[in-house]
Amino acid sequence: MAMTIHLTYLGFVVAMASAAASSGVAGGISVAESQIIRFFEWFGNLAMFCGRLIRAAVSPPYEYREFFHQFDELGAKSLPLAVLAGAATGTVITLSTRDSLIRFGAKSFLPAVVVFSILKESGPIITALVVSGRAAAGIGAELGAMKVTDQIDAMEASAVNPYRYLVATRILACMLMLPLLTLVTDFFGIFFGWVANNAAEPISLRLFLHDGFKDVMFRDFLPPTLKTVIFGLLIGVIACFQGMRATGGTEGVERAATTSVVLASLFIIVADVLLVRLILVFFS
Amino acid sequence: MNTGNPKKSSEKETPPVRVSALSKSFGQQSVLRGISIEVEQGETLSILGRSGTGKSVLLKLMIGLTKPDAGSIRVFGEEVTSMAPGRLDELRKKMGFLFQQAALYDSLTVEENVAFPLRRHARMPDNQRNERVRELLGTVGMERDARKLPAEISGGMQKRVGLARALALDPDILLLDEPTAGLDPITSAEIDDLILRLHKERHMASVVVTHDIHAARAVSDRVALLRDGEILIEGSFQDLQKSSDPFVAQFLEGS
Repeated sequence: MAMTIHLTYLGFVVAMASAAASSGVAGGISVAESQIIRFFEWFGNLAMFCGRLIRAAVSPPYEYREFFHQFDELGAKSLPLAVLAGAATGTVITLSTRDSLIRFGAKSFLPAVVVFSILKESGPIITALVVSGRAAAGIGAELGAMKVTDQIDAMEASAVNPYRYLVATRILACMLMLPLLTLVTDFFGIFFGWVANNAAEPISLRLFLHDGFKDVMFRDFLPPTLKTVIFGLLIGVIACFQGMRATGGTEGVERAATTSVVLASLFIIVADVLLVRLILVFFS
Repeated sequence: MNTGNPKKSSEKETPPVRVSALSKSFGQQSVLRGISIEVEQGETLSILGRSGTGKSVLLKLMIGLTKPDAGSIRVFGEEVTSMAPGRLDELRKKMGFLFQQAALYDSLTVEENVAFPLRRHARMPDNQRNERVRELLGTVGMERDARKLPAEISGGMQKRVGLARALALDPDILLLDEPTAGLDPITSAEIDDLILRLHKERHMASVVVTHDIHAARAVSDRVALLRDGEILIEGSFQDLQKSSDPFVAQFLEGS
């Protein structure tokens, strides 16, 4: 936590310094001022957006149809990415850890290392980052395009609340789909961990799984998997927020898509630091 | 005429749209300054003016998509500017809005676009809704393209579909933002004829925002010319032609 704050502060100072250096001290200060104002303005607007969203989401009618459509859309499009990300993660963890474990004479721990690292951290965070790349860009661009072409105004003019119809459904879909995709990543990560290990030294899948899971408890699996609900919330809220505030034609849409991915990934990483700490406190 | 029912009588006197002393700014730029207009039932008012004079903003204010800085907007006697969201949605169901670029939902087909407001607000069986969509698309001459996506049809066709969607809930007030902008003269004339026909059939109060003099002349009972955020002149098209104001003359001749 403290490290994150220090890093943020450092980044802020560096940005101020570079602004001052590039446009003179006076110009730098005015640039810094406007950056600070914009920074707080963004959070203020986000808070108002969330307020509007909560009001819309808790009141009927509930948009079940659109929610299932988004759930299906998000799942179908992100599933191959989750499979690939899981397979790559499992392979890399096995290959990189195996060598070190052999050096320390702890080769027999390899299945447990693979299973623990995938279940507890790699699976959830890799899934969240991969989905944030896919879904946040998609949602940011889609809503951004709708915003700049008046489609969202048209929806509102048709007496349909876009926060209920477009935003709440997408955020809920992200929140519920992410744990499911994490399970897929976990599965393929562990399976390809075995495949990579098997290529170097044949071992049965049954034995690999037995060795890997014999010390795993629910607290090693459940809290890390469920924390992805928070990651889904962050992806959905940030992407929808950036999309809904898009202005300025195609450039605005591109900006909404890019900033959605960048900010969602950044927030996921920061949230992960906090959530890992919380999980350790409550479930250790 | 007097029915003896004071409430009914006052309702009859209330114009569907009454805008009073309306002002709106964006940052330092003052777009509308103290605009006041009224639209009677069955009347078509065209708001003319150069591009960027706040005509579209005025329509968005009328339907509550934007909040004014000052002034009042009454729709069927109810104040839009301070209305609760739920009540505003109820009022919006009585209003149809055609956007400048049609604003069709690009992930939905033509028929799905028209069905969208019906699906949301009209409780009717699927076959009845489909029948209504077919009827609306027939009204605007788009029934053959029902299965196409908005990207697969021309700008003029998109406007027609937008008009069909605006009419879906059988509105009492129709707001049309540049219905003929960017269209060739033949398509523009077709859209004008369509608006006139709909107006005769449905007897709605309509506000048409345009900078197209020909369209305004064709469809409106009354016109208002905007300049620098204020109404320069309001009356019949003949009143505009009789005006000695150089800007009015330039606007009419320049078109």
